[in-house]
Amino acid sequence: MAEAPKIPDEAETRARWGSFAWTDENQVKANEILGRYPKGREQSASIPFLDLAQRQVGAETQTQGWLPVPVIEFVARQIGVPYMRVYEVVTFYTMFNLAPVGRYHVQVCGTTPCMLRGSDDVLAACKNRGLVKGGTTPDGMFTLTEVECLGTCANAPMVQINDDNFEDLDYDKTTEILEALANGGHPTPGPQFGRRASCPEGGPTSLKAMVDANHDYRGEWA
Amino acid sequence: MLADKDRIFTNLYGFQPWNIDAAIMRGDWDNTKDLMALGQDAIIDVMKASGLRGRGGAGFPTGTKWSFMPKEPKPDRPNFLVINADESEPGSCKDREIIRHDPHKLIEGALIAGFAMRARAAYIYIRGEYIREAETLFAAVAEAYDRGFIGKNACGSGYDFDVFVHRGAGAYICGEETAMLESLEGKKGQPRLKPPFPAGAGLYGCPTTVNNVESIAVAPTILRRGAAWFSSFGAENNRGTKLFQISGHVNKPCVVEEEMSISFRDLIETHCGGIRGGWDNLLAVIPGGSSVPLVPAAQIMDCAMDFDGLKAVGSGLGTAAIIVMDKSTDIVRAISRISYFYKHESCGQCTPCREGTGWMWRVMERMRTGDAELSEIDMLQQVTKQVEGHSICALGDAAAWPIQGLIKHFRPEMERRIRERGGDTAPMMEAAE
Repeated sequence: MAEAPKIPDEAETRARWGSFAWTDENQVKANEILGRYPKGREQSASIPFLDLAQRQVGAETQTQGWLPVPVIEFVARQIGVPYMRVYEVVTFYTMFNLAPVGRYHVQVCGTTPCMLRGSDDVLAACKNRGLVKGGTTPDGMFTLTEVECLGTCANAPMVQINDDNFEDLDYDKTTEILEALANGGHPTPGPQFGRRASCPEGGPTSLKAMVDANHDYRGEWA
Repeated sequence: MLADKDRIFTNLYGFQPWNIDAAIMRGDWDNTKDLMALGQDAIIDVMKASGLRGRGGAGFPTGTKWSFMPKEPKPDRPNFLVINADESEPGSCKDREIIRHDPHKLIEGALIAGFAMRARAAYIYIRGEYIREAETLFAAVAEAYDRGFIGKNACGSGYDFDVFVHRGAGAYICGEETAMLESLEGKKGQPRLKPPFPAGAGLYGCPTTVNNVESIAVAPTILRRGAAWFSSFGAENNRGTKLFQISGHVNKPCVVEEEMSISFRDLIETHCGGIRGGWDNLLAVIPGGSSVPLVPAAQIMDCAMDFDGLKAVGSGLGTAAIIVMDKSTDIVRAISRISYFYKHESCGQCTPCREGTGWMWRVMERMRTGDAELSEIDMLQQVTKQVEGHSICALGDAAAWPIQGLIKHFRPEMERRIRERGGDTAPMMEAAE
């Protein structure tokens, strides 16, 4: 499979991550997560724990994080299930990285609604900036992935970079964002053409009273 | 056009804050205790009378669904409400707007729906990629706990009800209700065989109802304004207001609340600034998210946007995610990209879907370039029929329908591409793999 990630050498990852444990801050979060599920149903915490672990790995490596085998084993011990039950979850969900990624994980949506609005241009901008699909740039800054619909179709095309969405893109805007990130900047997430969320461009066609005030429509109910 | 006073999601675009104080000023959490005092069966009756059909795509009557839950849950098998915020259908982006701009409508709805179906708790399953949206939702739930609106003695009603948020991690299939339950239990999101249905044995083996975000979020307003108000919109059997999400080749893509059964032309002219390049430039529309068949321009223009109107033109309302394509679109590529989506998202459990989605995508890619034979169009059609209806969940169907729609309406275009490459004179059949 060409798309399969290159899983790093196990001996090396064991040496680096064998003693993985929650930080104090994440221990608090982990306890809170476990509190959401009934007693005896700790397995429900597998996805939230993996997300938390991936973020901790990310924080320690200054990247977006990934899940080395010893970390997955740690999560399995935490929720009391066999390693394989957690490993299969890691491979099933796309947000878990089986191999290291860069500082910025650039996830370009390429599904039809974005494609119709020009996701090809967004991908071209990434390519011309030196990003390669499925790979990380040599300086470790960017990992590029083409992902499936991220659910912001009225603001297509879009890219999710780390935790933020950049919407209503074109070739130039994409280049600007990547350039800013490479130079340590913080481009503003959201729609890039000045409109508010998924409001029609040029101002709302409905609910105009809401623009300037928190209007209460109950007085107008018949 | 729907009057502003009749819109449920008044902060749809987030011009105003989402927090609890702003939400209360807009009318949320207004005497929720009194709504609950109506009684569980009366609430379900109002929902039934309102004509609300599930907003997640299948359109099952919401009140009826709630009434399937056991009336006297046992202490060791409590009822659960699971709210489906795993919005991943290409074209859909409405739940996101509700969650990030009006989360308290959803949380209040969760309390009322959960109370009506005698549930102990609600789990809101939000897709993993909605990271900022989930942050808002976690914060909004915490606010509601702080005010005593949920938790022990919710809103002073004497009813105990918890709301938990659970983030997914990127799998379209988890939007299928039983896959969502598997995922909530911490497993791979592979759909379960039915029966047993979730109302009998769902989350942790307990009775469970899975509802879409929009179905739950409209419930408090329906109770406040009455079933007659809600059912005054839309055609018979297709009542109410609905969030429409318009993407693709319109001048101003947007999300907007409108009444059901509005005509396609009205919707686009009123809110989207028309079709890019004018109405003559319209090629086709996918009216309900990627899994419904496309409808050619001539049939959709004056079609009523509701369950029955779109069924009449061989498609469906789905989540009302309208993907508009003008004449500049490479229609075969557009559908092929959808086929790739389903190949990527098939959970791998049932053979027809796991193998079929990949096979259909590979053939669609050859159709795109015309590197095929004329007879292969029929073969493709046959294979879609073999995938359809032969898998545990509807993903197989969803992968098949867009291709069937393409062949039905754009076969001449597919044939043209093959002829131009001389494919029909190719001497030898080639294996599909």
